[in-house]
Amino acid sequence: MKTLVLANGRVIDPSQNIDRVADLWIRGDTVLGIGPQPHLIPDQVLDVSGFIVCPGLIDMHVHLREPGREEDETIATGTAAALAGGVTSVACMPNTEPAIDSQAQAEFVYLQAERAGNANVFPIGAITKGRRGEELAEIGGLVEGGAVAFTDDGSPVVSAEIMRRALEYCKMFDRVVMDHCEDLELTRGGVMNEGFESMRLGLPGMPAAAEEIMVNRDIILAELTEGRLHILHTSTAGSVDLIRRARRRGVRVTTEATPHHFTLTDECLRTFDSNFKMSPPLRTQRDVEAIIEGLKDGTIEVIATDHAPHAPEKKTRELDQTPNGVIGLETLLPICIRSLIEPGHLTWPQLIEKLTINPARILGIDRGTLKPGADADVTVIDPNLEWVIDPHQFKSKSRNCPFAGWKVRGRAVLVLVSGQIRYQYPENPLLA
Amino acid sequence: MTVELDAPPRATPSWTRRHLLGLEDLSAAEIETILRKADDFLEVSQRSRKKVAALTGRVVLNLFFEPSTRTRTSFSLAARRLSADTVDFTVTGSSTSKGESFIDTARNLEAMGVDVMVVRHSSPGAPHLLAQHLNCSVINAGDGAHEHPTQGLLDVYTIQRSKGRVAGLTVGLIGDIAHSRVARSNIHALTKLGARVIVCGPPTLVPPTIRRLGVEIAHRFDDILPQLDVVNLLRVQFERQRKGLFPSIHEYAALFGMDSQRLRRAKDDVLILAPGPINRGVEVTPEVADGPNSAILQQVTNGLAIRMAVLYLLCGQRSAERQANENAPVRETAETP
Repeated sequence: MKTLVLANGRVIDPSQNIDRVADLWIRGDTVLGIGPQPHLIPDQVLDVSGFIVCPGLIDMHVHLREPGREEDETIATGTAAALAGGVTSVACMPNTEPAIDSQAQAEFVYLQAERAGNANVFPIGAITKGRRGEELAEIGGLVEGGAVAFTDDGSPVVSAEIMRRALEYCKMFDRVVMDHCEDLELTRGGVMNEGFESMRLGLPGMPAAAEEIMVNRDIILAELTEGRLHILHTSTAGSVDLIRRARRRGVRVTTEATPHHFTLTDECLRTFDSNFKMSPPLRTQRDVEAIIEGLKDGTIEVIATDHAPHAPEKKTRELDQTPNGVIGLETLLPICIRSLIEPGHLTWPQLIEKLTINPARILGIDRGTLKPGADADVTVIDPNLEWVIDPHQFKSKSRNCPFAGWKVRGRAVLVLVSGQIRYQYPENPLLA
Repeated sequence: MTVELDAPPRATPSWTRRHLLGLEDLSAAEIETILRKADDFLEVSQRSRKKVAALTGRVVLNLFFEPSTRTRTSFSLAARRLSADTVDFTVTGSSTSKGESFIDTARNLEAMGVDVMVVRHSSPGAPHLLAQHLNCSVINAGDGAHEHPTQGLLDVYTIQRSKGRVAGLTVGLIGDIAHSRVARSNIHALTKLGARVIVCGPPTLVPPTIRRLGVEIAHRFDDILPQLDVVNLLRVQFERQRKGLFPSIHEYAALFGMDSQRLRRAKDDVLILAPGPINRGVEVTPEVADGPNSAILQQVTNGLAIRMAVLYLLCGQRSAERQANENAPVRETAETP
């Protein structure tokens, strides 16, 4: 078996509390260890000094659109985008057409991911049949097919009764139930956050209360059932507060934040650019600050992109007629660096933790670590590389990026999945 | 007034914009430029030969994705009085029903040689999107609940002509503030010109954040009525609002309708405006709408002058410049090595 050494990098592995300059040894498809291996001679040594070496990043909230909406993204293009962003594993959402609500559907995702040969893909199953919110999907079959979690994302679970039963039923498989928290009656027709900006633009608003009411309901149901709840894409100060207080009293609730929600505000909509339209919507500066506070104090354990590709012809339209969502895989790292590392909100190990071992634990997958014997999924980051975000260079099939034109710093330059180099940044002289 | 409008128009130095998308972006000086220009054109409307040559050879397209009679007719007539060719394109059962996007529709029409596109659309920002994708001038003739700049201009113009000033007056905007583009354009114009603005309607139709635009909020019409120099009665936007924002038309009319009883409690010289189309018996009773305080028909007349002024400034002035450039001798080129 071939032995590879990534030499002299800053190895950050929060799962082992490691942050030091060291060599990472890989043999075949697994991690051999960190530090000198005196009795071994490597087949290949790559000098990665000046770079960060960490477990391959995990994005637990990605829309790959296949099957059904291949004009927006496919499993192959979405996972290529993941690799270019330094992400070695994605969990993909079941709001495809048809929905991923059966064992066969889950197995199809694995099959397509294997054919693509890019990043690992872990399907998330629908909670209800056809995501209609009426009756539970065959959750046991989905688990058998490899579904790692359950959600009707894109839509909330409207019925409290169904949500309650999902939380209860999933306990049998120790799987987490994830909810897109939105009271649909309060957001009906809404295009953006409700507030001063929506008022001045004359756009129908979605109040923060619509998210917070649902977050609160779900927390109460998690308390009732002792099930495991994950609140998707938390976007308001009120939600962060509700989750923080629930966690303090021992409710099994986790949550995630997206880079756009801790970087942008609803003022961006002044341009009427649909690349700032998503659900939940961009909120206010106060909400941005609350999310950053939640990331700092650990209330928000995970950063996920909610990568939501839409073909250009769907996004280049009247704002109220375009679909919700923006892509995020290929801008994840530089936006985290700009919004969290550079202002000193998070240290590198804290950031890496929210992108590796934390999502791995929530999903119950054996990734996000560089422990000996682990799958050698590794991301090498040049934290100082300056570049300009140009969506036309993206691997994703879609271009709906809210950060186009931004001058940023930092990107993945080398990405390994199970010991294989699957991506390297083209300008990187490392392997030339 | 002895402005020679048939002569090549003089450039108005304070005007540099290519589009009129909203009043929020305009300065007070720019608004005053439009109002002054409207004075010139009001005079044209009073002649027996109501036409000037300013936009000869130019094409003005009315691209309406929402029904409208008054605004569209007003823009058409304004363009024709400036000698432009006009085309009306109302999209109901036209290309968009065949699946064409509205940007493609507009680009196709522009390719036929359009200089100014007057756009009405139910989506806020639709004219802004066209301004990005097209080379011609774009005038917003109403985009959802966002702005209706020429209506805001004609309202302040009507106030100025009737009261002699705008600054220092107290203007009440009454009714459905939340869904009204007329309210927003009025607020921007009035506050920039120094008026005090009170918005008044049921709390379900008055977003509290509107205070940040520099206006006061009231919910009881009768409390503020005696202070008002101008009452602008906004139409209830049944088509834009969801159900259940007030219990009944009957109750709305009782609380916010302008009738002769209320008129008696107002200042003697209170000016009554309504952007129309008015729901008689809802926002305003017929005797008030047709009474001596009402300026509803002057608004329509003034609207024509305002739209001529806007078309002239956006297009006529630029074409005058272009003509000047075309006629300019080209000696520089010979001297360049």
